[in-house]
Amino acid sequence: MYDIVTREDFSGSTFLLEVKHPLLAKAAKPGQFVIVMSQADGERIPLTIADFSVDRGTVTLVIQAVGKTTVEMQQRCVAGSPLYAMVGPMGIPSHISESGKVVCVGGGLGVAPVFPQARAFKDRGAYVIGVIGFRSKDLIFWQDRFEKVCDELIICTDDGSAGIKGLVTDGIHMAIDKHPDIQEVVAIGPPVMMKSCAETTRAREIKTTVSLNPIMVDGTGMCGGCRVSVGGEMRFCCVDGPDFDGHQVDFDELMRRLARFREDERVALERWGRSDSCHLGLAEPAIE
Amino acid sequence: MAKKTIRTIPQERTAMPVQEPRERVCNFSEVALGYSVANALNEAERCILCPQQPCVEGCPVQIDIPGFIQKICVQNFRGAYDVLTEANLLPAICGRVCPQESQCEQVCVVGDHLEPVAIGRLERFVGDMAVSEGWANEPEFDPNGRRVAIVGAGPAGIACAADMAKAGCEVVIYEALHRPGGVLSYGIPEFRLPNAIVDDEFGKVIQLGVTVECNTLVGRLFTIEELRDELGFDAVFIGTGAGYPSFMGIPGESLNGVLSANEFLTRCNLMQAGEFPRKDTPLHMGRKVAVIGSGNTAMDAMRVSLRLGAEEVHCLYRRTRTESPARVEEVDHAEEEGVTFHWLTAPVEILDDGDSNVRALRCIRMELGEPDQSGRRRPVPIEGSEYEFEADMVIYAIGTNANPIMGQTSNLELNKWGYIEADEQQRTSLAGVFAGGDIVTGGATVILAMGAGRRAARSMKAFLGILDPREMAVSDADRPRIFGIDARQRNYRRVRDAA
Repeated sequence: MYDIVTREDFSGSTFLLEVKHPLLAKAAKPGQFVIVMSQADGERIPLTIADFSVDRGTVTLVIQAVGKTTVEMQQRCVAGSPLYAMVGPMGIPSHISESGKVVCVGGGLGVAPVFPQARAFKDRGAYVIGVIGFRSKDLIFWQDRFEKVCDELIICTDDGSAGIKGLVTDGIHMAIDKHPDIQEVVAIGPPVMMKSCAETTRAREIKTTVSLNPIMVDGTGMCGGCRVSVGGEMRFCCVDGPDFDGHQVDFDELMRRLARFREDERVALERWGRSDSCHLGLAEPAIE
Repeated sequence: MAKKTIRTIPQERTAMPVQEPRERVCNFSEVALGYSVANALNEAERCILCPQQPCVEGCPVQIDIPGFIQKICVQNFRGAYDVLTEANLLPAICGRVCPQESQCEQVCVVGDHLEPVAIGRLERFVGDMAVSEGWANEPEFDPNGRRVAIVGAGPAGIACAADMAKAGCEVVIYEALHRPGGVLSYGIPEFRLPNAIVDDEFGKVIQLGVTVECNTLVGRLFTIEELRDELGFDAVFIGTGAGYPSFMGIPGESLNGVLSANEFLTRCNLMQAGEFPRKDTPLHMGRKVAVIGSGNTAMDAMRVSLRLGAEEVHCLYRRTRTESPARVEEVDHAEEEGVTFHWLTAPVEILDDGDSNVRALRCIRMELGEPDQSGRRRPVPIEGSEYEFEADMVIYAIGTNANPIMGQTSNLELNKWGYIEADEQQRTSLAGVFAGGDIVTGGATVILAMGAGRRAARSMKAFLGILDPREMAVSDADRPRIFGIDARQRNYRRVRDAA
């Protein structure tokens, strides 16, 4: 059992859990992930580590309530309650290169996990441009954290209620136009966003690293459920990744594989929404 | 007692009572029901107590097989359990999953003339009785202050842990999954090895004072070197398993509905996906399942598929039944339950339904050519024999590659295939670090992994200067004293320190 020490809600569907695990906090490096089980009969779900603190002995996870497991976690996981299992850090840590000028892009849920990378680049002395995207102003989180580690921060919102009106790719264009000497882009977010980021930088031949989050079971290379195609080769995201060259990743395949259990997920959520253990009385599935 | 001979013993091997195929394919209860006392007594009589005892050498953990069978003959079942557990704490597990026909039973002298003694079934009989009677053997041992870390709570790790605990070491097993057991938990299905049996026998290892830390990914949470150099362990054993499933590299492997046997079995056995949506992990079972490969894992995947409601289950194997690496019994059971075997058949492409799901396989017929390095005749494709085969789920059970985590995170020497390099005493390139099981040999069997775990324990004891009491042929009466220290302390280091 691993105790949740803090919970913070960023929106109706996005929330943060800070979980006590001093050893994991000490071992974690930017780009790595954990596998969490909220309860004994629960699913094993991979979550990218959004932050870690050796001093506090904690690991921070940002979760979006999209399926039965995560909606239930949104309801049940409060400060003081335990997680049944949390294992990690998994995956090869991000390579924090010697690049002098980098853009760290985070969209939606990807905003959180790109933060440790931005911080690591900053610590290494790079000039860091943050590009973070949200749907609207009231969904923005961690602006202060990013401001601390970024030399420039471009906030993008779909409706223009804060920062620039547009997608993170517009933010990347802005950054590239202003700084022709950008050497590297790190993009984390939904696959469709990472795909557009990779397309944006492909023409300019800027190295672009993405962090993939496919469906996994064990997270140790044993099941092969997380296989992705990178440069035409089959790779296991859990032990060969999760970071890959964005220009080489087959994002369409990744998106198809992420939809593998869509029907089952709908069934599980609806069934649970009708059950007594759900306190929301979900009339409508909470999927956005 | 008159001397038993081939002529005087029961001529027929005692049949194993089994659930009828039509009935068992609808449930997850055990297929082989186990011997009754009468069955066991009858079969035990078939051991002629030959002086050569080739079966003991045929056993990877060298169980005193005639010894325990003799105890069964005189109806001293508890005594039989004591003899078994001298060498093997997990008789109910091994009695079920060991390939006895290629080990102890293969060399049984009775087998020269009749069917060999059913050693595995007798072992299981005793193991099951111990489980139901609640027997446990807790050997007495003196703590020696040595700390041993075991990486991986599978068969190799459990065997090594048990031996090291019995030698008086403080043993901690680290397991990455949330449940111990390794392949016994996630791989082998309930109807072949019930989880209750795994829990019970594993519990006996815990009773030796072994600590198990689940949810701990060694290599990433801390490294092998850190275990040894910072966390204060005197020796480390790595038994992480092969665990990196192979695919063939044919088109269509990324389609939805294509999965490794490891993923399929893990979802079903460890995560209980068969009970979805009551349990959270989904599986999305197919109606027409094609399993590629013909080993024990393939048999398990096919038989689980049938129990989870697949209408048709097909086995595709590029060689013939004779070359099939699965146990004969497993192939027979699968066939009885309704699996259709397609020998000399290999898939060349997996076809989609236009919506990224599997629709069919394109296969090619094979014929057997010249023998290859393994001595098996090499399958050769027959030109122009390609055909389509409808399936909505494809499961790969063609073996595994080396798991890369240990190599990525330590300075251990690996061989060219990525497995950990270990000598015949299971020593790795790092002093004090031992390895065994599938991570050294590649995919093999539970009992071979346990044998490697025990060999590792033996050399670990030598490394730590712990003298194995069973190897000290000294009676209690005239126990010698070395440098004024009681030899019962069985510890070279303390002798050395005192000197």
